[in-house]
Amino acid sequence: MTITESGLIGKSVQRTDVMDKVTGCAVFVDDIQFGPKLLHSRLVRSPYPHALIKKIDTSKAEALPGVRAVVTGKDLTARLGLYLIDRPIFAYDRVRVYGEPVAGVVATSEDIAVEAVKLVEVEYEVLPAIYDPVESAQPDAPLIHPDLGSYSVVNFIFPEPGTNISEHFKIRKGDAESAFAECAAVAEGRFRLPPIEHVPIETHTSVALCEKTGQVTLWASSQSPFAMRDMIAQGLDIPHNKLRVIAPLVGGGFGGKAGVTMEACAVVLAQAVEGHPVKLRLTREEEFVGTSTRQSLISDIKVGCDKDGNLQAMELTYYFGGGAYNDYGVNIARAAGYSCTGPYDVPNVKADSLCVYTNTPVGSAMRGFGMPEIHWGLEQIMDHLAEEVGMDPVLFRRINCVRTDDEIVSGMKMTPIDLEACIDKAAKAIQWEKKEEPTGPNKKRGKGIAIMWKAPAMPPNPGSAAVVRFNEDATLQVEVGGQEIGQGAFTVAAQIAADVLGIPYENVTVSTPLDTKYSPYEWQTVASRLTWSMGNAVKAAAEDARCQILETVADAWDEDIEDLTIKDGVVISFKSEREQPLDKMVIYGMPNDDFEGWKGGPVVGRGHFMPTYVTNLDPETGQGTRAVVHYTVGAQAVDLEVDLETGQLEVLNIASVYDVGRAINPDLIMTQIEGGAVHGMSSAYEAMKFNEDGVVINPSFVDYRIATIADIPRKIHGDYVETPIDDGPWGARGVGEHVMVQTAPAIANALYDAVGIRFSDLPLSADKIYMALEEKELTQKD
Amino acid sequence: MENHAITLIVNGQEEALLVPSNMTLLHALRDGLGLTGTKNGCEAGECGACTVLVDGEPVNSCLVLAVELDGREITTIEGLSSNGKLTPLQQAFADLNAVQCGYCTPGMLMAGTALLRRNPNPTVEDIQKALVGNLCRCTGYQRIIDAIMEASRNGGTR
Repeated sequence: MTITESGLIGKSVQRTDVMDKVTGCAVFVDDIQFGPKLLHSRLVRSPYPHALIKKIDTSKAEALPGVRAVVTGKDLTARLGLYLIDRPIFAYDRVRVYGEPVAGVVATSEDIAVEAVKLVEVEYEVLPAIYDPVESAQPDAPLIHPDLGSYSVVNFIFPEPGTNISEHFKIRKGDAESAFAECAAVAEGRFRLPPIEHVPIETHTSVALCEKTGQVTLWASSQSPFAMRDMIAQGLDIPHNKLRVIAPLVGGGFGGKAGVTMEACAVVLAQAVEGHPVKLRLTREEEFVGTSTRQSLISDIKVGCDKDGNLQAMELTYYFGGGAYNDYGVNIARAAGYSCTGPYDVPNVKADSLCVYTNTPVGSAMRGFGMPEIHWGLEQIMDHLAEEVGMDPVLFRRINCVRTDDEIVSGMKMTPIDLEACIDKAAKAIQWEKKEEPTGPNKKRGKGIAIMWKAPAMPPNPGSAAVVRFNEDATLQVEVGGQEIGQGAFTVAAQIAADVLGIPYENVTVSTPLDTKYSPYEWQTVASRLTWSMGNAVKAAAEDARCQILETVADAWDEDIEDLTIKDGVVISFKSEREQPLDKMVIYGMPNDDFEGWKGGPVVGRGHFMPTYVTNLDPETGQGTRAVVHYTVGAQAVDLEVDLETGQLEVLNIASVYDVGRAINPDLIMTQIEGGAVHGMSSAYEAMKFNEDGVVINPSFVDYRIATIADIPRKIHGDYVETPIDDGPWGARGVGEHVMVQTAPAIANALYDAVGIRFSDLPLSADKIYMALEEKELTQKD
Repeated sequence: MENHAITLIVNGQEEALLVPSNMTLLHALRDGLGLTGTKNGCEAGECGACTVLVDGEPVNSCLVLAVELDGREITTIEGLSSNGKLTPLQQAFADLNAVQCGYCTPGMLMAGTALLRRNPNPTVEDIQKALVGNLCRCTGYQRIIDAIMEASRNGGTR
């Protein structure tokens, strides 16, 4: 680890938000006080996964005392979407998933709103529903979006009208068919993942207010206030300057609070009761049923290598179960497509990555964005193939993993990384070479490794802007549009600004809450892109301010800028040894040496960053010069044991190592690594469950279990390496999502090592493991 | 619905409240008194985000009716630090980065405070038992365990 001259880059400074958060002062949307005009709302949700809406009768609900408005989609046929505009605000002609909003009620209390929901009568004509993405991708499958061909779509997504396929991304590289014929060993498999939920502890909450003037304000628990504003403004035909989105702290996002979930419903409900703020707060059950999920995936993978273990060919088909609307999910299939091989150097690849409509909850961004899904199968099949050629899984990965400057699957030259170092560190941390005894009787112990890559998945040119503004006493406001969702983004922004400006970190405040009326633009807080992209913008803004300060001082002292610097809040000259504190000077400027007149003025620095070098990919081959900005890579190694009496797994040790480019705040990286390891482990046991009618049957913390404090690994060994990239601040890139991408397959590989059984389908539930152990006569009974 | 006049002693302060029969302590604190540090995560007693102390014992405030607590002493996250001085547990959460999004943090701190008062020198297993009803999706819990151990070494909850 290296620290910059002013000492802040590479230093684990305290989080900017931590005092608010440990004292109960941190404000989330639900904590904002709106006074007596506040009204409450609830949504009427579809009981069917696929049906035509024949009639909605709201008269009984409207007649209930205390009800102020009932809204349906009848007069509101606008659709929303980030990449593919396919999603109504309230379903008006048909519902496509259980729990889809068909109406909303506004009332003077939440209790009355709950009662009113029961009084809205909706007549449906039930249609056959389809849940499996492979079935849904067939040409004769019933259509979920018959109008797919008429939807607006960005120019890098390719829906297939007349089918349920909303995106089809292809890789045609080399000649996979011929290459397989030459392979010494081939492994094949089909792997499945169910949809899972983000499960933030704060449920989605929003409050909307429409003034009689047409001004709309939306307070939302949002990772992406600007994208939210853009989508809702377009969908409801509101000028951007008349729609203000205020986004206070977010109580857990993980991708679930990117884009628009139900916030447009809140705006439409508020439009019906002008002048009143309307709160829409999802219950925990609604959070499970009515928000987006990680998409399901069925992957067919075939991979071959030569006798020395060198990968030669891959053939892949990914069927993402995109759910009822694929406005965001199409880009997950695309990202899975251009990164389809995982972090391997494979010369011949044929791949098809499909996003497919299904009558299941809306699939969307979740931590990893397609990568946990594809790595689940990839990282198991690599172990399988290594075994076929009699090679150690660590060695197999070392020889095949992607390296800097390799031509990767999309034709792009790999950006700087050191995956081998990550593999070595992870393997060493769990003593890979050492066969260890179980910790107790009736247990079997095993070790597994899995590696990963992930690029920020986004449009080619998402931008970040930042402003730094001095106060009279030379304390600094940093203004950004990227969100603090727990990852420490505000802290990193403050660190970067303080470092560049040579002022104490404690003197920097990040202006909150985010507010599209005042905050500089940020595309979205997704894709692990803030340290990199927003970091670049903050750095540029601080450099701009620094330049203004030094120009003023140089001018006043008649010196060269090159002879000046700022240290501990004081401008100093190496040449004359003069000193000028920033205090007051950053607002009032400086008097000329002869006290005749002044120089300078209030210092406001401005910076932005936008990648300009990402290119299009050929729609038939998926090849191009630069598919993405860069990749982050990493390795996880797991030491676990399985209880032969119960089928339960216990992770004894997980080593988790990533190449972060440059560690701006090492301890924040460690907190991501640790939290991600547990999130990744938890995800291996999680699944949304449905009955045969498409109804979610586990929408509570009791039935949908997430890891508790009692479930965590006995040891989490976090580490990182630093191979700087050329387009990040001091070489830094993101790591927030990567840390859970390959945990599930690392566990599966360790489980295989322990008991010799491969599990191709998630979740790795204890009952499933127990049944498999019983089949192999491995179970132990009292 | 009938309203009831009750008095709660919240963070040492007597508070007179008029509460409907079905109002939970969670809503009385948040909506009645504006003490929004106590968080609403599930309203089913399953996540622990709303944990407060009632007469020193940790309670899911979403599961108890305000009307039942007439005259009782309630401590919320707002009552932990005084005059800007954090408790050792709050300080340890801050120092060890046991906080990410912060939504579970108040509940974690209240459950941890109750544990340290009951058992000033807990083992890792004691902590896991005491906080198993407090869910966190961000931190992976290790820092929370570390912070409680650290606070235990630094004088517990005082």
